[in-house]
Amino acid sequence: MADAVRNPIRVGLFVTCLVDLFRPSVGFAAVKLLEDAGCQVFAPSQTCCGQPAYNSGDRATTKGLARQVMAAFEDCDYIVAPSGSCAGTLAKHYPELFADEPEWSGKARAFSAKCYELVSFLVDVLKVEKVAAHFNGVVTYHDSCSGLRELGVQRQPRKLLSTVEGLELREMKSPDVCCGFGGTFAVKYGELSDAIVTQKTANIAASGATTLLAGDLGCLMNMAGKLTREGKPVAARHIAEVLAGMTDEPAIGAAKTEASK
Amino acid sequence: MSARDEILANIRASLGVTGAEAPRRLAVRERLAQAPSGVIPARGQGDDATRLATFRAEAERAKASVVEVAQASDVPNEIARYLRDANLPATLRMGEDSRLAAMPWGETTLELSHGPSEGHDLNSVSAAFAAVAESGTLALCSGADNPTTLNFLPDNHVVVVFARDVVADYESVWRNLRARFGKGEMPRTLNFITGPSRSADIEQTLLLGAHGPRRLHIVVVREG
Amino acid sequence: MTAHPTSSHFKDNAHEALRDAPLQKALTHVRANFIERRAEAAQRLPEFEALRDSARDIKNHTLAHIDLYLEAYEAKVRELGGQVHYALTAKEGVDIVLKLCRERGAKSVTKGKSMISEEMGLNQALEAAGIEAVETDLGEYIIQLRGEAPSHIIAPAVHVNKEQVEEEFRRAHLHLPKDRDLSEPVQLLSEARGVLRDKFLNADIGITGANFLVAETGTSIIVTNEGNGDLTQIIPKVHVVIASLEKLTPTLEDVSQLLRVLARSATGQDMSVYTTLSTGPRRQGDPDGPEEYHVILLDNGRSSMLGGEFEDMLRCIRCGACMNHCPVYHAIGGHAYGWVYPGPMGAVLTPTLIGVKEGGQLPNASTFCGRCEEVCPVRIPLPNMMRHWREREFERHLSPATVRYGLAFWAFFAARPALYRLATDIGMRALHLFGRAKGRFSSLPFAGGWTRYRDFPSPQGATFQSQWRAKSRAVK
Repeated sequence: MADAVRNPIRVGLFVTCLVDLFRPSVGFAAVKLLEDAGCQVFAPSQTCCGQPAYNSGDRATTKGLARQVMAAFEDCDYIVAPSGSCAGTLAKHYPELFADEPEWSGKARAFSAKCYELVSFLVDVLKVEKVAAHFNGVVTYHDSCSGLRELGVQRQPRKLLSTVEGLELREMKSPDVCCGFGGTFAVKYGELSDAIVTQKTANIAASGATTLLAGDLGCLMNMAGKLTREGKPVAARHIAEVLAGMTDEPAIGAAKTEASK
Repeated sequence: MSARDEILANIRASLGVTGAEAPRRLAVRERLAQAPSGVIPARGQGDDATRLATFRAEAERAKASVVEVAQASDVPNEIARYLRDANLPATLRMGEDSRLAAMPWGETTLELSHGPSEGHDLNSVSAAFAAVAESGTLALCSGADNPTTLNFLPDNHVVVVFARDVVADYESVWRNLRARFGKGEMPRTLNFITGPSRSADIEQTLLLGAHGPRRLHIVVVREG
Repeated sequence: MTAHPTSSHFKDNAHEALRDAPLQKALTHVRANFIERRAEAAQRLPEFEALRDSARDIKNHTLAHIDLYLEAYEAKVRELGGQVHYALTAKEGVDIVLKLCRERGAKSVTKGKSMISEEMGLNQALEAAGIEAVETDLGEYIIQLRGEAPSHIIAPAVHVNKEQVEEEFRRAHLHLPKDRDLSEPVQLLSEARGVLRDKFLNADIGITGANFLVAETGTSIIVTNEGNGDLTQIIPKVHVVIASLEKLTPTLEDVSQLLRVLARSATGQDMSVYTTLSTGPRRQGDPDGPEEYHVILLDNGRSSMLGGEFEDMLRCIRCGACMNHCPVYHAIGGHAYGWVYPGPMGAVLTPTLIGVKEGGQLPNASTFCGRCEEVCPVRIPLPNMMRHWREREFERHLSPATVRYGLAFWAFFAARPALYRLATDIGMRALHLFGRAKGRFSSLPFAGGWTRYRDFPSPQGATFQSQWRAKSRAVK
């Protein structure tokens, strides 16, 4: 474990399984943002933070994956994830996971202290004041639950969005209310999840925004999937894409031919 | 083994104690004896005038009506006026409270009755033990002086509060209570009353006069 | 009336609730009102957060010493002429009440709102014994007429609209003129007030719950807005208090801490209209008040929770803030939870009290959004408690097979990074090809719970890690 932070800062990108598998462009946007802010970015071989197993009550599997993660990212000054829920697992839940194992408990606490969600890392740690991106359009922002309530991510995304040229932010009603994703909940309790996301898409549409942004791909895939099923004309992207000025890829759930704005 | 013994045994087994441990017994004995205060809001604090103003504002916020009179002898006329203005009959039931008894009721045409209510009274008057500024709350003690039924059965409840009894917080009420009744002692019923009775059980519509009084009128006596 | 639990049918219950138009309409009131009011009350009091810490600490201290506070409380109650009874189980509690009624020839009983009595199924037992039990809290009265259980722990009839109330009143209050106007809530309230006034005045025994039991003074405390709990206890000759063990609180000063967060968290009021401290029977010289005062202390599983994973749940002061803020509760209301306690606190408490087999679904039906914990006045880590239940179920193989196999499949790959990278890259490239035209799937095998209601976005193709490695190799 590095005692002093080196120059340039060595950041391990915890890309998250959803970004890795479904939307790598978010990962590359995160890399750009971190590099622009002066970091050296590494992406060690990685799989999953263990949250699906953790929330399903399988502590043993979760511990195994956690040990793997901690080992893979050992040599980083910080570990940054473009996701409030994965960062929340790393930063808040890993210590609790090993509370009954003295040797790993200390390691976990030290590891967790280095873990951050992407946008709050940029603003709170790297002191990034603005980004050099352009984005023409009316945007609304959803506060993902873990990021908001476990990590206090709320002010930081809005701060950076306000510096994006051409972007107008319009708050939806109840931006801090759950979108109904909840990981496996969306599949196990599909009907209930649908009732909750229906409330959310109504609020999104009522805001008048044509683009939806958030910091968690799980929430975004859930909301985007409902928006397209309902035929609502709102495109969904991860906030990193907009902040990094990398919006050439189609929006989430959109085909290449559809307009991405 | 009685239920009591079994429950205590279960509790002790779960906590991993025998119940005889001296540190635990001491901690409990001390807390009960010293009754340490916790966080006390700043809201009710201040000098006499400030506390009274806060009490009044909070009580009105809770939908009580509040009027101040200069001295105790002004009370009967104020109550007569209140009932008249509200188109209510000039009847009034009260207990044996000597502070109320000493007031010049003869100056009004109010028809008085005394004792607990049996459910046929429209209006009643009580004298408060204390009033709490932080939430506009009245504290009333049971007994012949101010029977508890007068707080609940009549439609309209008038409560007389002496300004010197307006305290900042609930902790001051406990202090005064202990001074009156002794540490660890209580009247049968202590009512904290904040505004008139209400319910929002029908479609979340707030309505006054659910089972207790529809109206709560507070008369504050500034001196005496 | 609380009959048999239906918590194991949660999914079906939820399905019904989503289709229940009057319920959905009523639930919009919950969403709109409670949240704003609590926020305002909290905002208006600078000391609110410090009070939450204080409340939590008092509860923790009490639970750690509850055996001793229990002894102190009991001694004090007896000293002032009250009687204390102990009930290990709900059935024992019911038997004690029935005995008290029988011994006194009680024909009619008024009841203040008491969730404990719901837990015990007390009303059914009284009715079965030929004793009339009248709920006097307006919401409880309405649902008693409807033969329903409460759907919220402080607003029991929140799921009922005014037309439904009118229907019940017309059906039950046959002595009143048929042509009376009951179209407005104020008229319904007036009618209830008149009908229940009669019941109050003629009851033989009054039964209330208790929000707090104070060890220092042997006092029981109830908190209401209507005054029904007061009329229940001061008019009849006998006042019976039923309370579970964790209502114990050391001192009056400790009570003020808890009172300051209770009403604010529940309804957004700084104080409820009536906070009543009752100590023993009437004193010498009292012109009113009950002649007898009984306290029934109920365990029903609480003592086993101490010292364990779910101990924090015993801090609960039954304010209802958690369910007021819960997106799942907002979607389906309280009855879907299938027993006495709904919402997040119900999801944790129900399996504890009626077993994980019957109640185990409830802690699974949560997104862990964390709003409940955020607003709990005594800072109970509700999502953590729900996760503990999921762990218990996993250990005992109670989760459905598809979930276990799905997770095991995932875990197999996740534990083998090289294999994972290979498999996911192949898989995502393939899925991308299938989904490329539209950019999304409207149906997918194994994901019916998702795709029935929403599209599934298609992946971009090669995974991040395969692209990253390709780039690193290219740079070299």
